[in-house]
Amino acid sequence: MRQLGPLRFEHDPESSLTRTMFVSALAIAAAFLVAGLIFWAYGVDPLRAYRVILVDTLADPRALPEIFVPAIPLLLAGIGLLLAFRAQFYNIGAEGQLLAGTIAATWIAVFTSTPGPLMLPMMFITGFLAGALWGLLPSLLKLRLNVNEVITTLMMNYIALYAVSWLVTGPWKGPSVRGFAYTDTFPDSAWLPYLPGTRIHWPTLLLGIALAILVAFLLNRTRFGFEIRVQGHSPEAARYAGINPLRTTLLVMLISGGFAGLAGVGEVAGIHHKLLDPSQVSLGYGYVAIIAAWLARGNPLAVIVTAVFFGLIYSSGDVMQVSLQMPARVTDVFNGLILFFLIGSERLLHYRVRWMPAATNQTVPATLPEEQAASGRERWKS
Amino acid sequence: MGEPPDMPAGQPPIVPSGAGEMARVPRLSVRNVTKTFPGVIANADVSLAIHGGEVHALLGENGAGKTTLMNILYGIYQPDAGEIFIDGRRVDIRSPRDAIAHGLGMVPQHFLLVRRHTVAENVALGLRETGFLFPARRVEEQIREAGERYGLAVDPHAHVWQLSISEQQRVEILKALLRGAEILVLDEPTSVLTPQEAAQLFTVLKRMKAEGHAVIFITHKLDEVMEAADRVTVLRKGKVIGTEPITAVDKRTLARMMVGRDVEFQLPGRLDTEGDRAALTVEDLWVRDDRDLPAVRGVSFAVRQGEILGVAGVAGNGQRELIEALTGLRPAEKGRVIVPAREVTNRSARELYEVGVAHIPEERMRTGIVPQMTVAENLVLKRFRYPPFSRGPLVDLRAVGGFAIQMIAEYGIATPGPRTPARSLSGGNIQKLILARELSAQPGLIVAAHPTYGLDVSATEQIHRLLLHRRNEGAGIVLVSEDLEEILALSDRIAVLFRGEVMGIVAASAVERETLGLMMAGQRS
Repeated sequence: MRQLGPLRFEHDPESSLTRTMFVSALAIAAAFLVAGLIFWAYGVDPLRAYRVILVDTLADPRALPEIFVPAIPLLLAGIGLLLAFRAQFYNIGAEGQLLAGTIAATWIAVFTSTPGPLMLPMMFITGFLAGALWGLLPSLLKLRLNVNEVITTLMMNYIALYAVSWLVTGPWKGPSVRGFAYTDTFPDSAWLPYLPGTRIHWPTLLLGIALAILVAFLLNRTRFGFEIRVQGHSPEAARYAGINPLRTTLLVMLISGGFAGLAGVGEVAGIHHKLLDPSQVSLGYGYVAIIAAWLARGNPLAVIVTAVFFGLIYSSGDVMQVSLQMPARVTDVFNGLILFFLIGSERLLHYRVRWMPAATNQTVPATLPEEQAASGRERWKS
Repeated sequence: MGEPPDMPAGQPPIVPSGAGEMARVPRLSVRNVTKTFPGVIANADVSLAIHGGEVHALLGENGAGKTTLMNILYGIYQPDAGEIFIDGRRVDIRSPRDAIAHGLGMVPQHFLLVRRHTVAENVALGLRETGFLFPARRVEEQIREAGERYGLAVDPHAHVWQLSISEQQRVEILKALLRGAEILVLDEPTSVLTPQEAAQLFTVLKRMKAEGHAVIFITHKLDEVMEAADRVTVLRKGKVIGTEPITAVDKRTLARMMVGRDVEFQLPGRLDTEGDRAALTVEDLWVRDDRDLPAVRGVSFAVRQGEILGVAGVAGNGQRELIEALTGLRPAEKGRVIVPAREVTNRSARELYEVGVAHIPEERMRTGIVPQMTVAENLVLKRFRYPPFSRGPLVDLRAVGGFAIQMIAEYGIATPGPRTPARSLSGGNIQKLILARELSAQPGLIVAAHPTYGLDVSATEQIHRLLLHRRNEGAGIVLVSEDLEEILALSDRIAVLFRGEVMGIVAASAVERETLGLMMAGQRS
């Protein structure tokens, strides 16, 4: 318990849904406020900038669907990350797992003669496997040699990034692209369909929503989900309960990496239709998905909302570039601020803030626990 | 539960009514101190007076407010209301530094010593008059002198990590005395000592008393109060129930004051169900600790069905490693562990659970439950993968919920409901939850580590009854505890561990506490 001016902070480990939403909204508001300072330093009226971000992006019928373009990979990668975080495995490698997925999908699309109807399914399957494989190595290192997964997953990102660079400038450089660093364009059968008039590749979007529901079900209703939750909350208790941490962590990482791989497939089959420079394939989706997963506070269904929110931030970057002549990179600053305040506000989740001016020493009688204890004793049978 | 009618209710007199003490100003007096935390009154209008030359026991169950009161005296908390007087002068204690300046010294339950430094260096650390260079040198003489005066012999040059627990405690006491403590507070000082070491400590307290020091001795053990104290103040739920000279009370009265009702010291007797079959056989077991040093060294014993084998010993003599090896949480280096008809050496925790080994772990909150998960989920922490709680890959939530309601009723777990997070339960109810889970699986062998540590009297009594009940139903129980009273009260036979070896196995009915104490100190029986 702490008194800060008229506010009193009381410790309360149970964080209710409303408090979680309130604290998260507060963090986002704080990020907007600080971003306003940056706009102002840039010579842009912060209020106008906010209006551009929120109103112009949301109201423009052409800009609105663009929100979903980044939201799709964020959703897929975000659900996977959330699952890993629930098992206390800090996977920072979604970016690399996503790129691994793009490599596998490109290989299927460009270098195999997979028959038309099987093309997209095969791309998704191999993309999943490639992402899973990319997540496998760090988890093995963690389980066998206790190497910190934050470092290894992060390093694996660079391996994937340079692998893509090397492929598109070297062996996979397309004969038909006149010296550009891409592969050849995918055959038609490897193109995902769009919702008419937009760039929303809806099969991937549906897949993302379905997987969010599936993960929610997995966590709450299945034995495996029970194991993940026990392991994530208390590795000690998991050992005591006879849960095999090797199996749980490996499976979680396969799923987590695999989902990021699916996001990569969506990007090449839905947006680019070829493999190109890694910085163009993924606009840092694997990293921003970490923030989206964190903002969802452990709830897989909430990732659907947070992914769309970060999609909005992404597309507002484009709008700001056009109407405010600000560099699009300002969205990175924005994302960084949001993550900063989200993590900073984490502790507030466990406090109840009360308005208590003149801190009179009110005494709260402890009758309830006593009554419960008494009734418990009455029911006691030895 | 009402107040027993014969108890002095309300405030005790600030000056005790004992003859001859009437006129003296108490060395320390606490008047009407109240301290609340959100939802809890830790101290309600607490008043007590402690005189020089007396050992004053502060008796109460866990959560009665003893530690809060001491933290107020030591300046860690500020009281919401009330006053503190030292030698009749009102004082304001805002920090431990103030407390020391007023001559108040604290010997904490968990020692605060720099393990890599010597005794002299540790003592010098808190002293003001030590020189800038070689600060430890000046205190060496003082340590020797005080050591002789109070019977606290300890080598000033020894490093703390080389000392036994009781020697470390002496260093803490010396630290407080050399800082000029006239009033010494000892928080649960005997919890880490053998009976002999405890007796030595009480001798030290007597000498300090003779030198005119006031000693406050916090405990929840009735025997110690009767043995060491001159007067006793009993706290219950933050209130002073009474202050009495020790000559005016007996154990039963104190227990009633502490708990608020009559306490049954009589536990259910043993039935003659002891079978010939062993519930557990351990042969020449060797286990290494976390530092890869041998912690259990060639231990052999057997537990029959319907028998409780108590494992006594001072903490850190291989108990933890033994338990973990028996429950599949730590590999055994050598030796065999056999439960009826099956060798289970180095099997996983899951396989051991499946052959009927229950484990009541030492660390309730860290190991025994998942605090964030619900009571219902914690009740099936080990059973969720077996029917009826699982259907294929799914968990049957209805079966889990139904089981929880049944267990909550059967074991009297006080919880708002099965969906409450387990962490919001009290310690006693968490332990009941763990017992409900472990015992409901009808285990043939129960490995119980410190099952009542930190629990209040009534929860302790309930846990004891549950264990005895399972024993009478034919289970074999390995009971590891640092509480010798508990071992003596429950066990059929007692094995004493010292430095990872069994010093002997004796029948509980025939053994003297002193014998056990000697065995705990390394003497073979």
